Amino acid sequence: MSPSPLLSVTDLRVGFATEGGLVQAVDGVSFDLRQGEVLAIVGESGSGKSVTAQTIMGLTRSNNSRIEGSVKLAGEELTDADDAILRNIRGERVAMIFQDPMTSFNPVYRLGRQIAEAIRAHRGDVGDDEARDRAIELFEAVGIPDAERRVDSYPHEFSGGMRQRAMIAMALALEPEVLIADEPTTALDVTIQAQILRLIEDLNRERGLATILITHDLGVVADTADRVLVMYAGKVVEQGTLDEIFYDPQHPYTWGLMGSLTRLDRPRPKRLPQISGSPPSLLDLPEGCSFRPRCPHEFAKCPEVPALESRLSEAPGHCDRCWLSPEQKREKRQVAGQIGLEAPA
Amino acid sequence: MANGEPLLEVTDLVKHFPIKSGILIDRTVDQVRAVDGISFTIPRGETLGLVGESGSGKSTACRAILQLMKPTSGSVRFEGEEIAGYSRRQMRPLRRQMQMIFQDPYASLNPRKRIGQIVGDPLARQKVASGSDLRKRVQELLVRVGLGPEHYNRFPHEFSGGQRQRIGIARALALAPKLVICDEPVSALDVSIQAQIINLLDDLQDEFGLTYLFVAHDIGVVRHISDRIAVMHDGRIVEQGTADQVCEHPKDDYTKKLLSAVPIPDPRESRARREATAAG
Repeated sequence: MSPSPLLSVTDLRVGFATEGGLVQAVDGVSFDLRQGEVLAIVGESGSGKSVTAQTIMGLTRSNNSRIEGSVKLAGEELTDADDAILRNIRGERVAMIFQDPMTSFNPVYRLGRQIAEAIRAHRGDVGDDEARDRAIELFEAVGIPDAERRVDSYPHEFSGGMRQRAMIAMALALEPEVLIADEPTTALDVTIQAQILRLIEDLNRERGLATILITHDLGVVADTADRVLVMYAGKVVEQGTLDEIFYDPQHPYTWGLMGSLTRLDRPRPKRLPQISGSPPSLLDLPEGCSFRPRCPHEFAKCPEVPALESRLSEAPGHCDRCWLSPEQKREKRQVAGQIGLEAPA
Repeated sequence: MANGEPLLEVTDLVKHFPIKSGILIDRTVDQVRAVDGISFTIPRGETLGLVGESGSGKSTACRAILQLMKPTSGSVRFEGEEIAGYSRRQMRPLRRQMQMIFQDPYASLNPRKRIGQIVGDPLARQKVASGSDLRKRVQELLVRVGLGPEHYNRFPHEFSGGQRQRIGIARALALAPKLVICDEPVSALDVSIQAQIINLLDDLQDEFGLTYLFVAHDIGVVRHISDRIAVMHDGRIVEQGTADQVCEHPKDDYTKKLLSAVPIPDPRESRARREATAAG
């Protein structure tokens, strides 16, 4: 029996009041995260992946937002926890790494000081020197060479990859249980990306973390994740283990994402399979399945929202939101011998 | 001229930036060798992919080719004509034939101008069309890149990233250029939209016989669209060849490193590669 989840998100809904009306950015997202696991949330801009992550940390609270559902960290409810409790949880138990390491640090303070400040804010009994020593250890742990000297650098003195390492060092400063990495490698070169992904993976294993990796890149997912959630227009449209999602994808949107990748390990196709149209505006969602207007396999059932449930007896944990039968899916997703979304008629 | 003849020939192109020091008298103490002697030729109707990581000099190379920056030395021949060192005035008639598509569709469109003005501006400036003729030509262009004639009076903020990139493409094509330099044209776009834009660029190339210099850091995208690829590293081209040669049988160590860092979107192959690296 697997251990009870460290983080449990149940039917999370996050809405924002805008001039144009209520934007339901996250619409009924549920998942469990266990210790030692890397869960990837995949989706395009506006799919709700970042809002989901930010809501776990209580970063979306405002007069204009409406948060429903439940986020439980080791059984403790966070959605209605008061600010003092959340402040203790942030950094201490749940830490976050952002996409752009340049704008996530204060440019006028030395990096070591910023990390020491985070430690001292939570651990009043730690002295300045001790906090600095701790920052040096962290720099060493994330592979920053010459750590003793580099803790006294300013953010601008670091390259993008080194800055992202420093960001990870800061996230680890208080030994959190959950690490949320929001597009941690999107701003980095591929050779650096590979190093940072390895680092996140190693830290996850060695320190027994539970990691949520938010990305739009299926290559990054295949390289790092254990389980995957695919999000579209605020909803999870498919979830399963890494192999289930890649080798037996059930939702046409997932097929489309896979088909439109440029792959170096295969002969190049004459034309790149594409998903036509663009993601819907959250203010003007189509009735029923949100992917319907872009889906070539639409049929009479689609104006009704499909539930996120398993339609495969052999894989009860593999869930999707598509009305097609598993047999139809296996047939329709084959485009020119590979998984993809065929061009609309 | 027929396809296959060189449209753009770049020979030993160099762009160095001086590092200056001193309070009253500036002394040049060193040089940043952003582009350090690159050479390539693009035959008419073909696509050369220029791939490299940030800081490799690919964007500087584009700017030096278009004479948006004066090259330090070297030769840039466009249809046989030496243009390196041309002044703005000398370049003006040539601008019509060499256009550029930019990376960031949010920053490259003036937010206060309507789409019709943005796309029509090159036509008006080069005095190619005006009045109702201009409007008609702009609307045709919008339709050709997958937008609608009704978008003529809209503002950039009303469009998504992918649509904005289509507007940028329409603007680049307005003057029926021969060479289009695409500087990271899809890297700011979502995956599902990237494929649309790449396919559009492919179609436009076939239709108008365009020649592309396609600059990107994503070697998968570059391989898909290019006939030939040049790999840039620290201001130099370390390897060039046909797209399949470079990607399947790379010779240079840096090219190999670049290729092996690209994640494979296939868990089994990804695991196999990692085990191979761990064992080796």
